[in-house]
Amino acid sequence: MAVRKTLDTFAGPLSRSNPITTQVLGICSALAVTVKMDTALVMSGALVFVLVGSNAIVAALRDLIPSRVRIIVMLTIIATLVIFIDQLLKAYLYDISKQLSIFVGLIITNCIVLGRAEAFALKNTVWESALDGLGNALGYGLILLLVSAARELFGSGSLLGFQVVPAFLYAENGGWYVNNGLMLLAPGAFIILGLLIWLQRTVTGYTEE
Amino acid sequence: MRSSNSYTYFFVITMAIASALLLSVMKINLQELQEFNMALDTKKNVLKTVGALEAGMSGSEVEELYTSKFIKKTVPDEEGDRREYYLYGSPENPEGYVLPVSGKGVWSTINGFIALEPDRNTIKGISFYDHGETPGLGGEIEEDFFANRFVGKKIFEDGKLVSITIAKNKLLEQDEHAVDGISGASLTTGAINRFLRDDLADYLPLLRERDEEGASWR
Repeated sequence: MAVRKTLDTFAGPLSRSNPITTQVLGICSALAVTVKMDTALVMSGALVFVLVGSNAIVAALRDLIPSRVRIIVMLTIIATLVIFIDQLLKAYLYDISKQLSIFVGLIITNCIVLGRAEAFALKNTVWESALDGLGNALGYGLILLLVSAARELFGSGSLLGFQVVPAFLYAENGGWYVNNGLMLLAPGAFIILGLLIWLQRTVTGYTEE
Repeated sequence: MRSSNSYTYFFVITMAIASALLLSVMKINLQELQEFNMALDTKKNVLKTVGALEAGMSGSEVEELYTSKFIKKTVPDEEGDRREYYLYGSPENPEGYVLPVSGKGVWSTINGFIALEPDRNTIKGISFYDHGETPGLGGEIEEDFFANRFVGKKIFEDGKLVSITIAKNKLLEQDEHAVDGISGASLTTGAINRFLRDDLADYLPLLRERDEEGASWR
């Protein structure tokens, strides 16, 4: 029983209660950083760090946090972690941090993070909360990876920076293939994300009440 | 006790001090590396404007090429202040001039470089490497597709500095002194128009200097 509940805490957010496709949270960054897979990967990594960290810290302090100021306290914890990871990226992955620009900083306002702290970490143990954070962050990362893989493949003909579509097929080399420029722009992300939400809800049978 | 005002104050203040302490210690430790990265990025952008940056170059290769090919020089502007620029190639045989340009954008200062051919008229390349413009709108100025529109344009017309104007018109591709703008970035490109003209004017003493052949088209 306990094992199943633990498993559910972790695996639920990957599909059935996925923060992006089911709850439709964190869309802003999901659209912004998915042009290429490497930025999506780093962004997901940053969210894993922040979400696991904030959930664990909030859970550890849950009996100490005065409930009247809990939102401010949680935001302080989240903001500290976000600045921490942002500074690390600037020091060790400068080029990617430049491409992610403000979106790492905007994890502070990502609804998923505060939402999990308020809805889960305040009521559960450190271990469960960390697991819940990991599950939700990976659920977010999974969708980001799928969207960015589709956008990079159709928009730039590559995956993780490696050319997948052979060069000779391109129109400028005498072939017939042209990259789909729409995929590089925001509408491309909306379309892919919409299709994913449709697919996911058809499979899990989820409907809005 | 947990709901008393004094406990709340105590908790919030402790929390603030702990977070501030953690972040300060971290910043102090990482500062040197971050500044090194920023300096390297600036050098990469100087290389990019003259078309010397190749994809996948390592940090030390960039460093080496930068020190071997660029000479930092200064020229007095009309008010007598010394303005920095970079000479690409050797003084006897210049391959280009890279001038730093910067000015007020929509949200913060935009910094960039403009590279001119040895004729000091034709644009070799341009790059805006540091800005706080809205990603996806004004932020697009850092992209290659935009920078490439400047290549080959001319900043003088009949000996008069006219700079480059960014405007909304695809037809401007044929114009020697204008480039097509970016949808949704009118304020950013308007700002660039202003500071590009002003900064180029500050370099007039360099731009008008006669070269060895005595070219006097200016």
